[in-house]
Amino acid sequence: MSFMLGITPWPVVSALLWIILITATLYLIRNTAHQAIQAAAQGLHRSFRLASKAVSRSEANLAVRNRDVLLAAGREAKERIIEREFERINETVRKDLANYSALHRSLSESIGRIEKDHQEAVDVPPDPPGWVKAVEAVADMDAKDGRAHIGSILSDIHKSLIKAHKEAMVAYHKASAKRHKLLRHMRPDWRRIQQTLAAVGKNVDSLLSRSVTIDRHMQEYEDMVHGHDRAMSVLSSSSLVNFFVSAFVLCIAIGGATINFSLIARPMAEMVGGTSVIGNFRTADIAALVIILVEISMGLFLMESLRITRLFPVIGALPDKTRVRMIYITFTILFLLASVEAGLAYMREVLLHDELATSALLRGDTGATATGEYMWITTAAQMGMGFILPFALTFVAIPLETFVHSLRTVIGLLAISMLRALSLTLRLLGNIFLYLGVLLKQVYDLPLFVPLWIEERMTNAAARSSRDQDMKGARL
Amino acid sequence: MKRSILLALCILLASCSSDTGPRNTGVYMLLDTSGTYAEELVKAEQIIRFTLTKLDASDSFAVARIDTGSFSERDIIAKASFDDRPSAVNRQKRVFAQQVSEFVESAQPAPYTDITGGLLQAVEFLNEKGTGTKTILIFSDLKEDLEEGYIRDIDVPLEGFEVIALNVTKLRSDNIDPREYLGRLEEWQGRVEKTGGQWRVINDLDGLEGLL
Repeated sequence: MSFMLGITPWPVVSALLWIILITATLYLIRNTAHQAIQAAAQGLHRSFRLASKAVSRSEANLAVRNRDVLLAAGREAKERIIEREFERINETVRKDLANYSALHRSLSESIGRIEKDHQEAVDVPPDPPGWVKAVEAVADMDAKDGRAHIGSILSDIHKSLIKAHKEAMVAYHKASAKRHKLLRHMRPDWRRIQQTLAAVGKNVDSLLSRSVTIDRHMQEYEDMVHGHDRAMSVLSSSSLVNFFVSAFVLCIAIGGATINFSLIARPMAEMVGGTSVIGNFRTADIAALVIILVEISMGLFLMESLRITRLFPVIGALPDKTRVRMIYITFTILFLLASVEAGLAYMREVLLHDELATSALLRGDTGATATGEYMWITTAAQMGMGFILPFALTFVAIPLETFVHSLRTVIGLLAISMLRALSLTLRLLGNIFLYLGVLLKQVYDLPLFVPLWIEERMTNAAARSSRDQDMKGARL
Repeated sequence: MKRSILLALCILLASCSSDTGPRNTGVYMLLDTSGTYAEELVKAEQIIRFTLTKLDASDSFAVARIDTGSFSERDIIAKASFDDRPSAVNRQKRVFAQQVSEFVESAQPAPYTDITGGLLQAVEFLNEKGTGTKTILIFSDLKEDLEEGYIRDIDVPLEGFEVIALNVTKLRSDNIDPREYLGRLEEWQGRVEKTGGQWRVINDLDGLEGLL
């Protein structure tokens, strides 16, 4: 600094000289400097724009791929649902239509019996009374025949009439009783027909409701095949819901596995030793963990073999005979492991009691060594948990499958969001550099305001004189 | 693929090889049975029981008495290297406690006090066991009283050992001249630390939590 201010005996003059010198230099290289700033800003702007476009393209590609994956997963899931619905319909139809001939025969027989009973139950009109003819005969009698005997005849008729009436009434009562009996016989047939028809109606209703469901699923499936946005949004949201729900269930399963681990880790020390270590972990802990992991693996294979999950296509594609064998084998291993765990849980309780008794003895607390009357409850509970938890962990396969499938979508969505944010940031940076170049040029010109002002004045003066000359030339 | 497997194996080996030294604990307890201090053995039994509760599988524990000539295996009252299995450990602890209890009931006062010999025996025992942590508990008033002819003015190699003096009672003469008591403590501390050992005194037997 002192050197700069010492080029003349007067520092102020030196400073002024330097200012004039620097300003002149900056003014002389102004265009070049502006071009350099412009080029740098434009270069950075274009680079960032290019990077932003590349990221946007990647984002678009990823979105397309994610969409394809989502649609494929959705199609697969929907195919499974529709397939299952068709299987149910097939089962219903097979079950009901297979019995249709028997049903038809039963209905026909019932109807035939009703018809027969109905015909037999028809109300037969009573025979005309026998005395009518007798009355006609009496009426046709001539006087010559004498009417003296009419009184006795009428008396006989009266008697006959009463007798006939009684007989007719008895016959009528008998016939009515028979009809009622027949009608009573018809009642179970009616009920049977009613029940059969109700069952048929229920099946038909079930088929109709299933067909409505299938229609809905088919509509959704078509939407997926055509890649409609509505299907996409439904699949995305359901995928996110599946992800969180399955993650929650997996957390619960991890909790169960942890409890399972604590049940068997201590007694495992009896088998593999309590002090041996592998790395920084106790061998007993590792052994307990391995048992739990093997149980989970067996559970996965069992679920795969049962075709409840589809994580391993190889197992799903096995011949049915092999698959069934695999079911038995995995279940047997699982059962044995569960039994081992129950035994270990029992051993844990025994060890715990032994340890407590030893500690109490060493403390001199003899009263504490007495075991409670209800201690068998905790022992039984531990054994039960040791046996049940491996089977419960089997069902981890279901949320695990859902988690794995939904994870792809969730990761895809996250990656898309990140790429979008990156693209936006790059574009923003590009624009910032562009306007930074403009700003830098303005800042560069700030100390040159004097020469620039002079330049402007001179330019204006030159323009004025040129205009004046033009005007004079025009007058001349 | 091969490289990945090799890398995984290297990582596994590295994790296995880290800190491969023994992690078990070795404790050797010396019981002073000389003179009136033999009456304090009931307290010693409590400490032994407490120590037993703190020890675990594969640890080693021995209790020996201090008498006229303590540099001898015959002075060991009870010793155990605990098994790897927890159930066996509990059994061993119970037997150990029983042995100590029987000794306390039938202990006879010794005419002399050879602490240095006991210390040498303790070092030998613990070095032979090769435990990760080595602790020597001295249940004594630290007043060494050697029979004529016994040579004990030797340095005991105590590097890597922690020596804890327990229940260092004051003698009648200490009450007259406390410098004797303080001098004894200083002398023993000096002897232990001179050969690389760590020294600690615990007189409050209610605060044994930090013993091991």
